[in-house]
Amino acid sequence: MSPLLIALQALLSHWRRHRLQFFSIFTGLWLATALWTGVQALNSQARADYARASAVLTGPAQAQLVARSGERFEQSLYLQLRKLGWQVSPVLEGRLRFAGEQPLTVRLIGIEPLSLPPAMTVAGTPLQGFDLQAFIGTPGQAWIGPDTLRQLAVTAGQATSSDGQRLPPLVVQPQLAPGVIVVDIGHAQALLHASGQLSRLLSSDEARPLPAEIAERLTLQAPSDDGDLQRLTDSFHLNLTALGLLAFVVGLFIAHAAIGLALEQRRGLIRNLRTCGISLKTLLLGLALELGVFAVLGGLAGVASGYGLAALLLPDVAASLRGLYGAQVAGQLSLPAWWWLAGIVVSVLGALLAGASSVLRAARLPLLALAQPQAWRLAQGPWLHRQALVAAFLLVVALGCWQWGNSLTSALILLAALLLAAALLLPALLDGTLAWLARVCHGPLKEWFIADSRQQLPALSLALMALLLALAASVGVGSMTEGFRKTFSGWLDQRLSADLYLTPQDTTQALQITDWLARQPAVTTLLPSWRAEIRLQQWPVQVQGIIDHPAYPARWPLLEQSPQAWAQLASGRAVMLSEQLARRLNLHLGDKLQLANQAMTVVGLYADYGNPKGHLLVNADWLRGHLAQAKLSNISLNLAPDRVAALRADLQQRFALDDSRVVEQATLKRWSSEIFSRTFAATTALNSLTLGVAGIALFISLLTLSQSRLGQLAPLWALGVRRTQLVWLSLGQTLMLSSLTVLLAIPLGLLLAWCLVAVVNVQAFGWRLPLHVFAAQLLQLAVLGLLTSLLASAWPLWQLARRQPSELLRQFADEI
Amino acid sequence: MLVIEQLYKSFSTAQGPLAVLQGVDLQLAQGGSLALMGESGSGKSTLLHLVAGLDRADRGRILIDGQALDGHSESALSRWRRHGMGLVFQQYNLISSLDVAANLAFQARLAARLDRQWLDYLTTRLGLASLLPRYPEQLSGGQQQRVAIGRALAARPALVLADEPTGSLDEATSDEVLALMLQLVGEAGSSLLMVTHSPRLAARLEQRCVLRAGRVQVEAR
Repeated sequence: MSPLLIALQALLSHWRRHRLQFFSIFTGLWLATALWTGVQALNSQARADYARASAVLTGPAQAQLVARSGERFEQSLYLQLRKLGWQVSPVLEGRLRFAGEQPLTVRLIGIEPLSLPPAMTVAGTPLQGFDLQAFIGTPGQAWIGPDTLRQLAVTAGQATSSDGQRLPPLVVQPQLAPGVIVVDIGHAQALLHASGQLSRLLSSDEARPLPAEIAERLTLQAPSDDGDLQRLTDSFHLNLTALGLLAFVVGLFIAHAAIGLALEQRRGLIRNLRTCGISLKTLLLGLALELGVFAVLGGLAGVASGYGLAALLLPDVAASLRGLYGAQVAGQLSLPAWWWLAGIVVSVLGALLAGASSVLRAARLPLLALAQPQAWRLAQGPWLHRQALVAAFLLVVALGCWQWGNSLTSALILLAALLLAAALLLPALLDGTLAWLARVCHGPLKEWFIADSRQQLPALSLALMALLLALAASVGVGSMTEGFRKTFSGWLDQRLSADLYLTPQDTTQALQITDWLARQPAVTTLLPSWRAEIRLQQWPVQVQGIIDHPAYPARWPLLEQSPQAWAQLASGRAVMLSEQLARRLNLHLGDKLQLANQAMTVVGLYADYGNPKGHLLVNADWLRGHLAQAKLSNISLNLAPDRVAALRADLQQRFALDDSRVVEQATLKRWSSEIFSRTFAATTALNSLTLGVAGIALFISLLTLSQSRLGQLAPLWALGVRRTQLVWLSLGQTLMLSSLTVLLAIPLGLLLAWCLVAVVNVQAFGWRLPLHVFAAQLLQLAVLGLLTSLLASAWPLWQLARRQPSELLRQFADEI
Repeated sequence: MLVIEQLYKSFSTAQGPLAVLQGVDLQLAQGGSLALMGESGSGKSTLLHLVAGLDRADRGRILIDGQALDGHSESALSRWRRHGMGLVFQQYNLISSLDVAANLAFQARLAARLDRQWLDYLTTRLGLASLLPRYPEQLSGGQQQRVAIGRALAARPALVLADEPTGSLDEATSDEVLALMLQLVGEAGSSLLMVTHSPRLAARLEQRCVLRAGRVQVEAR
């Protein structure tokens, strides 16, 4: 038998007697991989769907021609270009609404297959494989992805939009992105009420200059500019990734603690193997192989569980993305093979991270040194010192990120540095607190209680660090979420103060409705709102034009405003900006903003929570005069409460408006609140899971520790301390250490909450929230933290309480 | 002081019950010392554990100053260990989280019988004065055993039970430690029941007895 096999056999024999340790390492790697791969699965699925959405049409068309105004343009421009020999193909895009219990809006894409370049593919289907006759003929085809078809819940392959238009027969295309329907351009123009209108032209003549008269209307745009969704949702995914990473780190803590302990217990064995002639290289190879086995086992279990977790969270995440960004993500996971492989690689890397220090320690183990279980405590002093130095460095990094950082990445580095510094400082802080307690506590058992707790610290510190991180994250995310909920509800109450909200089909209908409403005596306030979509510094911005009405100052709360802000806005020389747009454009009150070749003064800033796009408020008349594409998109009105139902029915009947176009205030608020709740559902779930993982870390550490603690407790029993008293003392020790950790987690969590609302949110979404402290929530989390540690210590203590005196006696005697 | 009458104890093993003590009778007078000898596995430590109240006999009686230990609750046995006796183990069993000073005073403080002067005297006699701030793992075997002896005697217990107290020490050190222990036990006015393998060490105690086949054979000095 080769020396490696002999060494492996000896090393692996440890696990037969220490099954719990085996389980600990496996659990650590399993949970770490599961949470990390679960989050990555969610992100991958969403990103793949964005990519599918932006790659409905793929091929050699390198660029596209779009209107300079950002709106649709006349089909005649396309015909002109074709006559001039340009290889262009028209596309019309728009939103199509479907009524139902859950109103659904899809992205309708109209294409002209005949003019598409031959190498083009549509939703993964090459043009050669097209049944052109069926697609462009009558009744034509409407291509739809399986997920969208499920959401539409239609039978017999027919669907009807909310304004009564019947779509061509539905044909399922498995490759088509969710939330997208592709039809022939003629059908699209009819369905979108955009006769003779186009959204863009796909062009393969990128280098050719446009004729001057067309260049005035159209501009060439590189295809990379089409990644709005990707950019808009980046913050959301980055936040998910950060939470996943936190859970991954917490999981690795478990593995690290267990691997470290296993090495300590095998010091004697390692020394013996080396003295028997097994080389250090062989031994390290054996340890590395052992670690590899753990990594593969943990990885396999982790990837499978991660998939399950992602499948569980995906509906909430998809709903959040739909609500926040209008992004369509499939409700079912379909992950590529590399994702599964990546999960195993992550587990191997995790095992390396968790076990590298132990293997290195084994490499440096002096051959003749005695096995000293107490060496941990002796080495604790310098180790705490080193940890404190690293923590100080991390705090400097955090400070630097706070002072000079100007991106979401720097904000997340600030969070990570802060959390890691706090975790590294925890053992030193606990040790310092216990040292102080040791000075003030007198009495033999009290002194032992404190001294023994200090001795347990090295073995428990990693689990306590995990608990600290998980609790602080819970406090931070909880405070942020609750704070947001409070701010958001107040803001919604003010902003949604109309009784009815109307979304007409187009401007013509909107003008007719406005005229009719103006004649209705029951209507007390009538606020038509014009809208145009533009780009400012490449960022999509919604411009809203409002009339001069005294209702606005009351229902449009401003964060900052110049004197006479509303009067200035009404004059048509001023604008108000959403907080996130002002930050992005670096504009403040009094600054000038160039809009439609006019310098407008910024007179107000307002919150616009949940809107990933920029938002501008201008006077309605100015908007109609300066931006031709402006549409009368919304009408809000107030009326006597008893007249709401009647007017609504009248409106729907008179103007053929379905339920989704006439919405009452309460419904709108309910929708908004539902979106809000679902937005944080995944965050809350991941947060709870992280706390659970920390609880498991503590449980495993305590259980492992309890097996080696008999030697410490037996002498006390022999000296006259009752067994039940020992159990209570042990429970007291765990509770004391976890209480101190909880006490430290609360201010850390509040600091984290401040970072989230004042730094991360500002960078991620562009808005800043006031920091609210919810005492009841903190108390609840503190109790939860203590309960977690109580539960974690319950089983080890139960085992200790059940120990027979004979087991304690074995600590004293080599013979009976 | 200590009277043991017809003591029986057996352990269940995979091969069936293993009778270790089969009617042990023993007596130790107040202030006396007794060496308990026997081969490995003869039940010496078991007998010591029964006297210490760490384990319970199947049958028979252990009387301390006329009071039977059997039938005592766990709390009463703990109280007995705390107040009535001192234990010295072969593997010292010091409390690793406490320094030497705290270890020395531990049991006396637990029993609320700390006599500072006596403890200082013990510390000096045991040569531990310069080692007080150290922790057990920073001491040699001989030094650790002296701390264990000091701890056992700090409360001036009526009975000191020592299980191979010098078993881990070399001959010279063990002679020295035993001599010191005997002197201090005498000064404390305690009785001593010591388990040992060594006839040479046993010879230094007043009484010797040997455990054979679960019974005691007493040999007068």
